[in-house]
Amino acid sequence: METKSIMIVGVGGQGSLLASRLLGNVLLAQGYDVKVSEVHGMSQRGGSVVTYVRYGEKVYSPVIEKGEADAVISFELLEASRCLPYLKKGGKLITSTQQIDPMPVITGAMEYPENLVEKLESAGVDVTTVDALSLAEQAGTSKASNVVLMGVLASKMDFPDELWQNALEQCVPPKFLELNKKAFALGRNFV
Amino acid sequence: MKKLMLGNEAFARGLYEAGCRIISSYPGTPSTEITEEAAKYDEMYAEWAPNEKVAMETALGASIAGARSFCGMKHVGLNVAADPLYTAAYTGVNAGLVIAVADDQGMHSSQNEQDSRHHAIAAKVPMIEPSDSGECKEFVKLAFELSENFDTPVIVRMSTRVAHSQSIVETDNRQELELKEYTKTPQKYVMMPAYAKGRHVFVEERTDKLVEYAETSPLNRVEISEKAEFGVITNGAAYQYVKEALGDKASVLKLGMVNPMPVKLIQDFAEKYDRIIIVEELDGIIESHCRNIGVNNVEGKSIFGCIGEINQSAIAEKLLGEKKEFISLGENIPVRPPVMCAGCPHRGLFYCLKKLGVTVSGDIGCYTLGAAAPLNAIDTTICMGASISGLHGFNKARGAEAEHKSVAVIGDSTFMHSGMTGLVNIAYNNSNSTVIILDNSITGMTGHQQNPTTGKNLKGDPAAAVNLEELCRAIGIKRVRVVDPYHLAETETAIKEELEADEASVIISRRPCALLKYVKHNAPFRVDADKCIGCKACMKLGCPAISIRDRKAVIDHTQCVGCGICKEQCKFGAIE
Repeated sequence: METKSIMIVGVGGQGSLLASRLLGNVLLAQGYDVKVSEVHGMSQRGGSVVTYVRYGEKVYSPVIEKGEADAVISFELLEASRCLPYLKKGGKLITSTQQIDPMPVITGAMEYPENLVEKLESAGVDVTTVDALSLAEQAGTSKASNVVLMGVLASKMDFPDELWQNALEQCVPPKFLELNKKAFALGRNFV
Repeated sequence: MKKLMLGNEAFARGLYEAGCRIISSYPGTPSTEITEEAAKYDEMYAEWAPNEKVAMETALGASIAGARSFCGMKHVGLNVAADPLYTAAYTGVNAGLVIAVADDQGMHSSQNEQDSRHHAIAAKVPMIEPSDSGECKEFVKLAFELSENFDTPVIVRMSTRVAHSQSIVETDNRQELELKEYTKTPQKYVMMPAYAKGRHVFVEERTDKLVEYAETSPLNRVEISEKAEFGVITNGAAYQYVKEALGDKASVLKLGMVNPMPVKLIQDFAEKYDRIIIVEELDGIIESHCRNIGVNNVEGKSIFGCIGEINQSAIAEKLLGEKKEFISLGENIPVRPPVMCAGCPHRGLFYCLKKLGVTVSGDIGCYTLGAAAPLNAIDTTICMGASISGLHGFNKARGAEAEHKSVAVIGDSTFMHSGMTGLVNIAYNNSNSTVIILDNSITGMTGHQQNPTTGKNLKGDPAAAVNLEELCRAIGIKRVRVVDPYHLAETETAIKEELEADEASVIISRRPCALLKYVKHNAPFRVDADKCIGCKACMKLGCPAISIRDRKAVIDHTQCVGCGICKEQCKFGAIE
């Protein structure tokens, strides 16, 4: 099979590392060659954070370039719009409707663009929007919106639920496992 | 067992399997997790040293003592450790000594984009470079063998993409090794001129042998494709981009050993094709080597340049003329640069510095973000420790007027790394400089590592803690005071008084990083919309939790940690 590419994007601190590790574990258990590329350090401090997940029979490059992603999962609306060029023709975009002002908006130098969901839809993109923050709060913490979104992604992929549950058990500390399983289920049953 | 591992995690696994015993490193993105992961294995002793020079000397000492040893650092860290490296190249080793240096192509988290291969060439030590996590582990094990077989330190070069990408690794058992015997051998380990002259001869002979080894080493690999129209020579992460973009359209010579490089292997490969493309990130080191050995049918830097990362798209476009289609919104999307976190103790301090309009000599750490809008408080950032020594020079050049209007800012870990010596210079050579130590009780930017001021070691066990106040006084600074940067008025007064004083002073701005697990947060603040007049005074703090909606300030309760500096800033009592 051709190598598949999934991008996970958001704002530093939103938990994209956990999301990519969950996905990576599921893909590994499914028997694929997998590469996951993360960003650490400076750019994690509230900046745009991009994680690449690639899988297939044999994966070479760990990074995804413009026009290559089969799916983009975004934790924040502006980041979804920023990463749109990475989506390949016919690719899927799943985005949280959460909005977090970046510093140029906070300082008043720029405006947060309006009606981004409508603009994404009218650009001819296969877009799924989710109020992941509310679902996460419903599960018990605003911090679990990353796992809600992985639930939404899971509903669009053909992997057995057991693999996702195992991955959650491997990647989430026991103390937060039930909460995250709830968040995942809310995402999975969303569509 | 098959596992997804970060390159750095696989590196640590390689150290474990190779029977490494002693590890001393200084954190630096993208190298940090090698040592953090290694510390999880009880069979290896691992520590954070105050800086890379100390780390490398510690590892060399352990190697001489007979234990397989390691030290890790980022590319700029190798500059700090260059002094021991260049002479360790002469002494060689007893048990194997492996050094990791992680380059940061694309400068995701660094102040320059230097190519550390130059250090290996200049120091005359072998350097090998893996392309994925599996190779990280195998190359580390091989590096220890090379180190012992050729009596040399061996550098394993990492890059951001190899260090911070996960790929599949097959784990193995640890090879337990006895300590090697230590015998006093001054002609090998005492590098004074008489002995060093002998060792230089050894180094040159060793390089000749290493070139011979490189010709047939499993580290270098030729992948011939029958369909190939041209050949590619590549290394490190770039190998993956080449394979991704070109598939069987090119034959590939992958160099896992980047110093010294083979001669005949390259000549033979280059003879097969009219056109040889060198795909290497940063400087044209392989390309220059090719020309030096008479291989002139090469192109590289003229196509890819020497700035930033290469990727599969760039290769496909430049070599095959293929370009991917993509869509964009055509919207002006605001950038999202990294910012100081909500509740960051540095924010209050930088707010005061900006308000006072002083010149700020900056340093390396989270607080470098004080240079960004809206605080824009920092004038210079060069390298670890340069804030203090740079300020001293600035004040010597511009005299008394500058002394009353300038400060240095430096974090606790950076101060221990190489800020102390600058402070000694201020005291000894008498400049009336004001140094602010931003003591947030952790090494922040690299992801919370302990350091000599925190009272804990790498494993989290209790350790001696440097008392910064006493240290500064012992250095000869008489005016030393501590402020809490959550209290803006107190902080501003302290800075004013120390700037006015006619002698050198140190202000310790002390408050633990808001992200530390043990830090208890206050309840989030909220804005009373009836009282808020929309003056935006709170926005001047540049807190990511505060924004303006419908001309009133709003505090994001998911981000706010209740530090209260916005409350102190609000003249209308609207924040509660």
